[in-house]
Amino acid sequence: MSLLVDLVLVVLILMAAVWTILVRDRRDAVIAFIVLGLLLSLVWMRLYAVDVALTEAAVGGGATGLVLLRACARLLPVEAEGRLPGPGTQIAAGLLSALAAAGLAAVVLHPPVPYPSLAALAAENIHTVGLGNPVTAVLLAYRSLDTLLEKVVLVLALIGVWALTPDAFWGGAPGSLRARHASGALDLLARVLPPFGVLVSIYLVWNGADHPGGTFQGGTVLAAMWLLVMMAGLRDPPGISLKLLRRLVVFGPAVFIAVGFAGIWMSGWFLSYPPDYAKPIIVAVEAALVLSIAVILGLLVAGPAAEPPKR
Amino acid sequence: MNLLLDSFTVVAVTAGLVFFLAGTVGLLRFPDALTRLHALTKADNLGLGLIVLGLLPQVPDVVSALKLIAIWVLVQFAGTSASQLIAQFVRRNEPGP
Repeated sequence: MSLLVDLVLVVLILMAAVWTILVRDRRDAVIAFIVLGLLLSLVWMRLYAVDVALTEAAVGGGATGLVLLRACARLLPVEAEGRLPGPGTQIAAGLLSALAAAGLAAVVLHPPVPYPSLAALAAENIHTVGLGNPVTAVLLAYRSLDTLLEKVVLVLALIGVWALTPDAFWGGAPGSLRARHASGALDLLARVLPPFGVLVSIYLVWNGADHPGGTFQGGTVLAAMWLLVMMAGLRDPPGISLKLLRRLVVFGPAVFIAVGFAGIWMSGWFLSYPPDYAKPIIVAVEAALVLSIAVILGLLVAGPAAEPPKR
Repeated sequence: MNLLLDSFTVVAVTAGLVFFLAGTVGLLRFPDALTRLHALTKADNLGLGLIVLGLLPQVPDVVSALKLIAIWVLVQFAGTSASQLIAQFVRRNEPGP
């Protein structure tokens, strides 16, 4: 019975993937990609990787899809619609893709025996960081340097987007995200849903210590609430020179780095936590990161400034 | 007592699935966007509602039950708003009577 479910899922995913490639319209391709992300999150659920499933649904399907949709709307219709590349290019692209797929298949289908895994070690030492969720322990304790750099990359991505701002608009606000036609339904949704979204976001982060959930999922939900408010036109995106905004962007990574250096002083290594205080420190870092992730994701979707700064 | 609760779950979840099936058939078979939306919302509201209702006797504590109900309410709210938005889009783009 569960085999049937898995087979149906696999077929649906292949269909969504092929649809993403074959469809000619950019926006349709992005919508197909969002569907693919949601289906993939179901696969992660089937593999009992609930943390990954949550991230895939929130980031892979939701946030990335929204960024791509905005990019579609922003791009000029430069591509020659309906004109296909020559047969040589098509065959070369097909062959290279097949080669990459074959390489991946070889790796996945013939893993070394015994499979190299640190899972046992991770589970064995989890008590030293005071957490119950091994995924959070890996992300914020064992491999915290990776997580720190990942957050710094987010800040760099935002700087990259802001760098696209024309000189005249520097310091101004990104273009309004407001829907072209006012809608009572959207307005109501944007007024009623955010308190619940904020609650869900806090729940995801707090719960992430011992159960599936975590910073990135919580931050994405928070960003989604902000974007909903901006799309309903209740608030417009703030100017990118706003001091508070920029401080929020770097707040999470800055706290993380400060905790890292404090680790040298308290227990001898960069980013090491004193065992007695590991959990409170990790939760504090997560709380700071959630705010930054939410603000960065919201600003990434809003895009570069599109209005001259207000004097 | 357990048998009674279990049979309630089976009946309610099955009824919910029937609504999902009907909603899907409607989505595929109905002639235009508004009637298709009508079919979809039945699956969302009644289908999910009956499944949640059916699962309630199976949860270990009150908090889990409240979470299930919260999921149903949130899906209701989001689904209704999305349907409204799609319907408004359809109405704007169709030629007036």
